[in-house]
Amino acid sequence: MSEVILEIHNLHKAFGALQATQDVSLTLRQGEIHALIGPNGAGKSTLIKQIAGEIRPDSGSIVFAGQRVETWDAAARARAGLARSFQISSVMPDYTVLQNVVLAVQGAQGRSFGFFRPALSDRHLTDPAQAHIAHAGLEGREGVTAAALSHGERRKLEIAMALALQPRAFLLDEPMAGMGPEGARQLTPILSELRTSAPILLVEHDMDAVFALADRISVLVYGRIIATGSVAEIRANPEVRASYLGEEA
Amino acid sequence: MNITRETVVNSAVLALLVLVPVVAQLRGDPFTITLATKVAIFALAGVGLNLALGFGGLISFGHAAFFGIGGYVTGILASHAANYEPLFDGAFTVNGTQQMLLIWPIAIVVAGLFAVVIGALSLRTSGVFFIMLTLAFSQMIYYFAVSWPSYGGEDGLSFYTRNQFPELNMFDPLNYFWVCFTLLILAVGLSAMITRSRFGLALGGARQNPQRMASIGIRPFWLSLTIFVISAMMTALAGSLYADLNRFVSPAMLNWHMSGEIMVFVILGGNRRLLGPVAGAGLYILAEHLLGQFSDYWQFFLGLVLLAVVLFAPGGVIGILTRRRGDV
Repeated sequence: MSEVILEIHNLHKAFGALQATQDVSLTLRQGEIHALIGPNGAGKSTLIKQIAGEIRPDSGSIVFAGQRVETWDAAARARAGLARSFQISSVMPDYTVLQNVVLAVQGAQGRSFGFFRPALSDRHLTDPAQAHIAHAGLEGREGVTAAALSHGERRKLEIAMALALQPRAFLLDEPMAGMGPEGARQLTPILSELRTSAPILLVEHDMDAVFALADRISVLVYGRIIATGSVAEIRANPEVRASYLGEEA
Repeated sequence: MNITRETVVNSAVLALLVLVPVVAQLRGDPFTITLATKVAIFALAGVGLNLALGFGGLISFGHAAFFGIGGYVTGILASHAANYEPLFDGAFTVNGTQQMLLIWPIAIVVAGLFAVVIGALSLRTSGVFFIMLTLAFSQMIYYFAVSWPSYGGEDGLSFYTRNQFPELNMFDPLNYFWVCFTLLILAVGLSAMITRSRFGLALGGARQNPQRMASIGIRPFWLSLTIFVISAMMTALAGSLYADLNRFVSPAMLNWHMSGEIMVFVILGGNRRLLGPVAGAGLYILAEHLLGQFSDYWQFFLGLVLLAVVLFAPGGVIGILTRRRGDV
């Protein structure tokens, strides 16, 4: 078994009477795409937010790259190499593609308190930014403001920004949401290749994409993981078919 | 370097601001020189606020506090020096001073310390609550000044002679204009440098999407606090110059009307435009003196103009002048 980069043990989170996360344990290994699927309201986004550090779990532990991080804030986890993309595209709308990615590079370098040199003529920022833009398939669009990008391009910009963190793991929250079948087909190889940079915990509704990409799948229902396994195992699992894949199978 | 339309408009604005007092000097009209000086000073206050309000997206309704603190520091130091009364006499003695080169840094540092405290507390909130907190803090300082008898209380504090600058006669209105204008240019240059830097890039990101910043490893709080303090310091320097222009400080400099006025300079001239506050302050003073001749209610008409700017030209006057054909 390859090295485990992210390890979650017995995570609990309740909002009042609602058990959003119940005793969740999962691991993310080097080189894999681990997909997290489940019906709406199963608690996928809540789980991602706890891993990213945006909300605090009630109990349980999160070990990232050998360190307990559950008390760290989101910025500290990001700097430690946990890169996240958002379900709803979240970029700086008035900034160009280049500015957005330079900003992410700068965040990764942890040096945002330079007051003297212009950021956009600093090659320590722009060279890596250009590379990440090319990697995410946005070459030639550097000067376009994010607000003017198509939906699919904005998703690619999110990936370029995540790459800029030189992450040790990606948390991708529905990267294909709203892209349509054509967009999803374009993004699938980019995501597939991304796992060679760092392993991916992928939340996704597009089942074709999940089955095409995932090395392992965990199924989350009512805040609880009911099954974890390979694509074939999950497809064959009777409990999963009943609670989630039921109507499709 | 390519010359944009904004560069041309900016140069014209500055040229006008220089031309007016120079011509007034030739015509022996010191009043107009004083008006131009007032524009330069108000513009400096606005350039300061523009850093927080425009570039940082922090709607501070309490910048009068810093303007007034700059003024009071100046007045207190100058009046102690004039009366040969030490500020503090104990184990050691601290005297007042009439040297601008000493007064300015003291005013800037004192206002900066206030800004650290006010900013750290106010930035725990955002939106309307941030506006209200900055307003509340500045009004607290205002009422403190009103009820502080040592330095004139409600009546304010006069100091009868203008403070000194090495090798320059500060009683010459044109000389004083040049000092204020030079500081304004330095502040504009500093703003330009900051907004293009790494810090400025991160600050703009925090303005547009603060939640996103954490996920790229940057905490917006420290960016906001830093720009709030820098912004307060610039406004405090303007307050110091304003006190020296009038040789008088009063609680009016601390009042929320003043906060509103500085905000008007920024919005009228162009939020987030480097020279927006300069154009805004110029128009404000111009309106005060032209409209003011015809009606005591000139602020009503200015209000209408401001309404039109906010509704139809969010880029302010600079925005209108730099708009290209075909732009919306």
